[in-house]
Amino acid sequence: MRHLLLNSLLSGPLTEAAPAADEIATLAASLGVAAQTRLGRSLAIREVDAGSCNACELEIHALSNAFYDVERFGLKFVASPRHADVLLVTGPVAKNMAEALKRTYDATPAPKWVVAAGDCAINGGVFAGSYAVAGGVEAVLPVDLRIPGCPPSPVALLKGLLVLLDTANSPASRSGR
Amino acid sequence: MQSLSALLSAGTRRQGCRPWPRAILEAGDWSALAAHLAQGRFTLVSLWGDADAVHMALLDEATGEAGIATCLCPDRRFPSVGRIHPPAQRLERAVQDLYGLTPDHASDPRPWLDHGRWGITAPLGRAAPAAPAAPYAFLAAEGAALHQIPVGPVHAGIIEPGHFRFTCHGETVVRLEERLGYVHRGIEGLMGGASIEEAARLAGRISGDSAVAFALAFARAVEAARGIAAPARAIWLRALAAELERLANHFGDVGAICNDAAFALMLAHCGVLRERCLRACDIAFGHRLMMDVAIPGGVAMDLGPEGVSALRALVTTARAAFPELVRLYDETTSIQDRTVGTGIVKEALVRRFGAGGFVGRASGRAFDARRVQPYPPYNQMPFSIPVRTDGDVNARIWIRILEIEESLSLVTRLLDTLPAGPIQVPMEAGPGEGVALVEGFRGDVFAYVRLDGEGRVARAHLRDPSWFQWPLLEAAIEGNIVADFPLCNKSFNCSYAGHDL
Ligand code: SF4
Repeated sequence: MRHLLLNSLLSGPLTEAAPAADEIATLAASLGVAAQTRLGRSLAIREVDAGSCNACELEIHALSNAFYDVERFGLKFVASPRHADVLLVTGPVAKNMAEALKRTYDATPAPKWVVAAGDCAINGGVFAGSYAVAGGVEAVLPVDLRIPGCPPSPVALLKGLLVLLDTANSPASRSGR
Repeated sequence: MQSLSALLSAGTRRQGCRPWPRAILEAGDWSALAAHLAQGRFTLVSLWGDADAVHMALLDEATGEAGIATCLCPDRRFPSVGRIHPPAQRLERAVQDLYGLTPDHASDPRPWLDHGRWGITAPLGRAAPAAPAAPYAFLAAEGAALHQIPVGPVHAGIIEPGHFRFTCHGETVVRLEERLGYVHRGIEGLMGGASIEEAARLAGRISGDSAVAFALAFARAVEAARGIAAPARAIWLRALAAELERLANHFGDVGAICNDAAFALMLAHCGVLRERCLRACDIAFGHRLMMDVAIPGGVAMDLGPEGVSALRALVTTARAAFPELVRLYDETTSIQDRTVGTGIVKEALVRRFGAGGFVGRASGRAFDARRVQPYPPYNQMPFSIPVRTDGDVNARIWIRILEIEESLSLVTRLLDTLPAGPIQVPMEAGPGEGVALVEGFRGDVFAYVRLDGEGRVARAHLRDPSWFQWPLLEAAIEGNIVADFPLCNKSFNCSYAGHDL
C-alpha cells in the first residue's frame, strides 16, 4: 500500500480543468438567471432514480472519480433529502416510483431545486407512452433544470450542476421553492 | 432417462423457432418438465407470458441441449412451475401481473411487478381498470426480540430503487425479504409492435450497465429468427464491445465493493481504470457505454485506427496498474477481514437457481454462456472461466479480478485478429422466431423474439441474470450482521432495472 500511496503522491493529479465558463453561461441563460461567481458556494445534492435504466446513475457516479472530482466545486452528494438543496432525478418516473419521488421532494427543505437528468427524466425518453411511466419528472414535480443526454456525459452533468450552483446562489432565486 | 428434446417432442413442434426448438405441450407434459426442473435435471432459463400462453426455456447443462415449452392457457390459467421449483416463482408472479395468467396452486400468489399504480391490471393481457391495491403483505418472522428494518425504495447512495425488509435479532439478520418492481417501465409492452430498430434501442436500455449484452442478445435473437448471420467483422466488434463492458463494470465493482467496506483507496484507483475504459470506448465506438453499437444485422459503426490505438493503450495501462491493486486487496488484512467468510452462497443453491455470472462461478457453478452455448467468436478463441467454491464476498471479488485479466487478453486477441470486411447485412422484413443466450458482465442474458412479417416485433422477452441472483442474496445475508448487507449486496450487484423491466 505504501508504494501505491507514494506513487500517487509523486504523480500529478488526474483531475481535469473545469468546463469553460462561456459554455456554462450559455446553459445558465436557459434558466433565465444571470450566472454568478461560484467560488465559496456549495450545493447538497440528493440523487433519486425514478425508473432509470441505471446508465444515468453510472455517469453520475463517475462525477466523483478523480477526473471530474465534483466536490472541488462545492457539489456534494448527500444521503438524505433532509440535507439536500437539489434533487437530481433520473428516469421516466416509473409509476411505481412516483409516490416515493414525491415523498422525497416533500422531505427536502426549501429552498430546493429539481434537476431532470437524462432524456428519460426530461420527457420519458425511449419509455414515453408506456402504461408504467409518468413520462418525465415534470409530470410529478416542478423542474428547474434539464440536462439532456442518454445518458448525459459526466461533463454535461457537471456543466448543468455548475449552472445551478450559480443560479441557486444568485439573489434573484434565493427564495427558492 | 428421456432427453429434453424427447420430452419436448411429446408436444406439437412449432416450426421456425431457432436455434432452440419450441413445442406446445399439454398441461400434464408441462408439469412433467417442471418436475424435472425440481429434480435438478434441467436448468430454468426463463419463464414468460404471451397473450394467451406461457413459455419456459430450459437447458440441459450436461448435454448443452436447450428448448422452449409452451403451455396454452385458454382459461387463463397454467400449472405452476414455481410450486415445486422456487426459481420460477417470481417469474410466474410477473406473468400474472403483466398478462393476467394465473399459475395454479402457486405457493406465493402475491403480485410482484404490479404495485397497484398503473391504473390497470394485466396491461399486456386483457387489461382492465384496477381496483385499489391491498397493502403488500411481507412474510412473517416470529419470535421474541425480533425487530424489522425497512429500507428503500429510495436508498442512501446513488443506486437504483428497491425495498429491503430485514427482520433482525440484535445485529443478526434472521430474514431478508426483497420487494422489487419499482423501476418497471413496461419494456415488454413497448417492444411489442415496435420496429426492430426501436426495439433494439429499448433492449440496450433495459439495464444500462449491460447495454452491450442486452443489445447483443436481442440482435442475435433477431438474426436467428430471420436466419441470417452478421458479418465476421461485426461479430468481432461486438465481442470487443462486450469484453470492454465487462472490464468497465468489473473495475467499477471491485472498487465499489471495497468501498462498502470503507476501503476507499480501491474505489479511487479502480474508478480511474473504469473511467479510462469508458473514454477508450467513447473513442472506439462513439459512446461511453456503447449503447446502440450492436444492432440486428451487425454493428452500427466501424472501428477506426484511432479507436484501435485507444483500446490498445487502455490494455497497456490496465495491465500496468491493475496487478498492484490486486496486491493491495490481497495484502490488506483489514479488508480481507470483512470480505472473507461474509455472505456465503452454497453451491447447491446456485445450481438450483441456475445463477450465472460471478455469483454462480464464485460458488462452484462453472457456467458461462460463451462456453455452454458457444457463439462466435468465442467458439474460435480459447479463454478460461475462473471458478471458486468458497462462495463469499471475497470469492465474488476474485472471480471479477480473474475475469478482468481474461478480458484484457481477449481484447488484445480480438484486435489482433479483427477481420476486414462489411459490418452489417441488411435486415429484410419477414416473420420468424429466435432466441439467444449471451454472457454479460453479470451473467447470462436470455432473449426471445418473435417477428411479424412486416419488420416489427410481435413479442420480445429479455431475461436479466439478476432474476436468479436476487433470491440468493436473501439466502446469502441470513445469519450475517446488518452492517454487512451493503457489502454483500454490492458483491452481487444485481440489476434492479434489468429485473423490473
Ligand atoms: S436517459 Fe438513457 S441512460 Fe438515462 S435512464 Fe433514460 S435510457 Fe437510461
